[in-house]
Amino acid sequence: MSEPDDLRVHDGASQRGGLIHPDVRQPSDESERGQDGGRLQHAEAASQPISAAPKAARTREPQPRGAKVKGNRPIDQAEAAERFIAAPLHLKAHDERLWDLRKKRDTVAHGIPEWEALRELASQIKAHTLSNLDRYLEEFEANAKANGVHVHWAADGAEHNRIVHGILKDHGARTLIKSKSMLTEECGFRHYMAAQGIEIIETDLGERIQQLDNEDPSHVVCPAVHKTRLDVAEVFARTLGTDPENDDIHYLAESQRETTRPHILTADAGMTGCNFAIAETGTVVTCTNEGNADLSGNVPKLQIHSIGIEKLIPRIEHLGVFIRLLSRSALGSPITQYTSHFRGPRKGTEMHMVLVDNGRSARLGMEEFWTSLKCIRCGACMNTCPVYRRSGGLSYGATYSGPIGLIIDPTFNKRKYSTLPFSSTMNGSCTNVCPVKINIHEQIFAWRKVLAEEHEIPLVKKGMMKAAGQVLSRPAAYRAAIGAADSALRVLPRFAVYNPVNTWGRGREMPHTPRQSFHAWYRQNRMKADKTGGEA
Amino acid sequence: MSSREAILGAIRQNRPAGAYPLPSLPDFAPLVGPDLVAEFADRLKRMGGRVAEAEPGRDPLAPVRERLAAARVVASAVPEVQGNRDLAQVENPADLADVDVAVVRAVFGVAETGSVLFTQDELRVNAVAYLAQHLIVLLDPQDILVNIQAAYRRPDFAGAAYAVLHTGPSATADIEGVLIHGAQGVRSLTVVLMPRT
Repeated sequence: MSEPDDLRVHDGASQRGGLIHPDVRQPSDESERGQDGGRLQHAEAASQPISAAPKAARTREPQPRGAKVKGNRPIDQAEAAERFIAAPLHLKAHDERLWDLRKKRDTVAHGIPEWEALRELASQIKAHTLSNLDRYLEEFEANAKANGVHVHWAADGAEHNRIVHGILKDHGARTLIKSKSMLTEECGFRHYMAAQGIEIIETDLGERIQQLDNEDPSHVVCPAVHKTRLDVAEVFARTLGTDPENDDIHYLAESQRETTRPHILTADAGMTGCNFAIAETGTVVTCTNEGNADLSGNVPKLQIHSIGIEKLIPRIEHLGVFIRLLSRSALGSPITQYTSHFRGPRKGTEMHMVLVDNGRSARLGMEEFWTSLKCIRCGACMNTCPVYRRSGGLSYGATYSGPIGLIIDPTFNKRKYSTLPFSSTMNGSCTNVCPVKINIHEQIFAWRKVLAEEHEIPLVKKGMMKAAGQVLSRPAAYRAAIGAADSALRVLPRFAVYNPVNTWGRGREMPHTPRQSFHAWYRQNRMKADKTGGEA
Repeated sequence: MSSREAILGAIRQNRPAGAYPLPSLPDFAPLVGPDLVAEFADRLKRMGGRVAEAEPGRDPLAPVRERLAAARVVASAVPEVQGNRDLAQVENPADLADVDVAVVRAVFGVAETGSVLFTQDELRVNAVAYLAQHLIVLLDPQDILVNIQAAYRRPDFAGAAYAVLHTGPSATADIEGVLIHGAQGVRSLTVVLMPRT
């Protein structure tokens, strides 16, 4: 370990193939060190070295790919999960990495006495805003316009893409740099623009890796978390011309920086997503670690911010609640490296904001599911989910994976995503860690009922409904499962993972014999629904 | 009907039943001790930032003089440091790609997180805080706020076209959780505690 003196001048030109990389780090731990010499674990860093395999014993294990998407046919998440499990190095690294984020989240959450109060406040602020969304959107629009911003409204992803394309055409823009945005993933933005001859460059490292590998992001916060350094080295060698034998992560990250920078400097337009949109001021807020959203918003002459309409919050003071929750929940860091507030155009530049519905206003009307719109995309539910950690985000074959995906995806396509709500152990941990207190596991169960009633469930899943009925009809066992989940998730994954309620555990263990017949369960639950909802 | 009207109409039609009042925010007790400078420095360091501490009575910039002297291109937005790239003359932000060190003053710091705030007024050219290889930040010890809640009570956010909290340098751990500084923006961020002149 070199002296922890980062104030010294670095002449990195001769080091590590021309990279500015001052410290020679232990092969077992390449993490950055702080001024005091201690190992740093801010941003999405792991609290301890996590590698797919010990360096000496590294073997090339092909990266398991995601679900096989066949048009509108139901996604077979279990099939993709089986292939993920069959890749033990990937499985282990993925599982450990995400569980580590979960533990980091616990540590910082426990360090704040008002943590639960913050969650409750965040949940109430979101509920209030969503139930008055028309008013807040109008307020946001009026303020943004007063700030000199061009405001657009898109009913769906296709309209979003058309609007952005129109803006680019008006400016003769052919290249666009962007930061990570789940909304633009929803819209199929890159594919659309490719067909229009517009070059899109993702500037977040993880998202860029995924773009170059022609793969969707597998996690809302860490898009390439399912890939090992060897996978990334292979992708970069193929697409960026890096040394295929060099899997030094510093080399790989620097290669991405150096090859992306020219695009950033010459792009005709820049785009960001939006973490929070403030009605009171017309401000778009992004929370990032790399600084790439700020480059996208501050270098090109034309800047575009795509905003899901559920991102609204009323006032700046409310931002304090969400900023304190977001990165702590996502990564176990007190805040992201950059919290950026874009309110108006720079001198001589143009700023556009596109407000996108894409199914959100319809979801608002779903009595059991509208609170899923509170989601701030922190990924905490994914990190804690035993199914997600052991199957990978791409196994869901949808924009949103993990527990939040199970309840959002069917709102986009009930048939295609009809199987996803079964990819859960119903342990309730997702609900427990959600910073805006979405009752995720209850909504997962509610979706199972809805899909059963609407006959969107394939036969094999109907078998699992029996098992769901068994566990869920025994409140004591169910509560015990939930109560024990936090401590048991890591050390006792057998119950959580290898039980017959779980799609993903199917075929790996003899299923228990249900005590209650499917019909009995179905009748019982339908009768309940009849009483409360009056459905036929 | 325009998409705007269609969206707003659907929202009104689908409004969730029930009353959801906007909660008022309590004053949260500070999570930090009374020595805000020490708390700020401690947290900034944990986020990968550096704090340049000169000995009392000495030149506060002494710890960063070496870096400044070695830099080919210094873009300074503060009177305390003489740079060789005039930010007032920059027409295209991309022209700042060769900046080795940028020097800016923070509006304020936040002890809870180790963050510093800039607006377009401090940065002169916003992109300089990201395109430069290294960022040196002057912060008046009197300008350190106790927490994020206090920060969002400041008027800067409503007034600025662009306002940004930096908490340490650009960072990523997108590959196997290995932390790397200088993902896309600055490779280091050093705060010099220095009263405003």
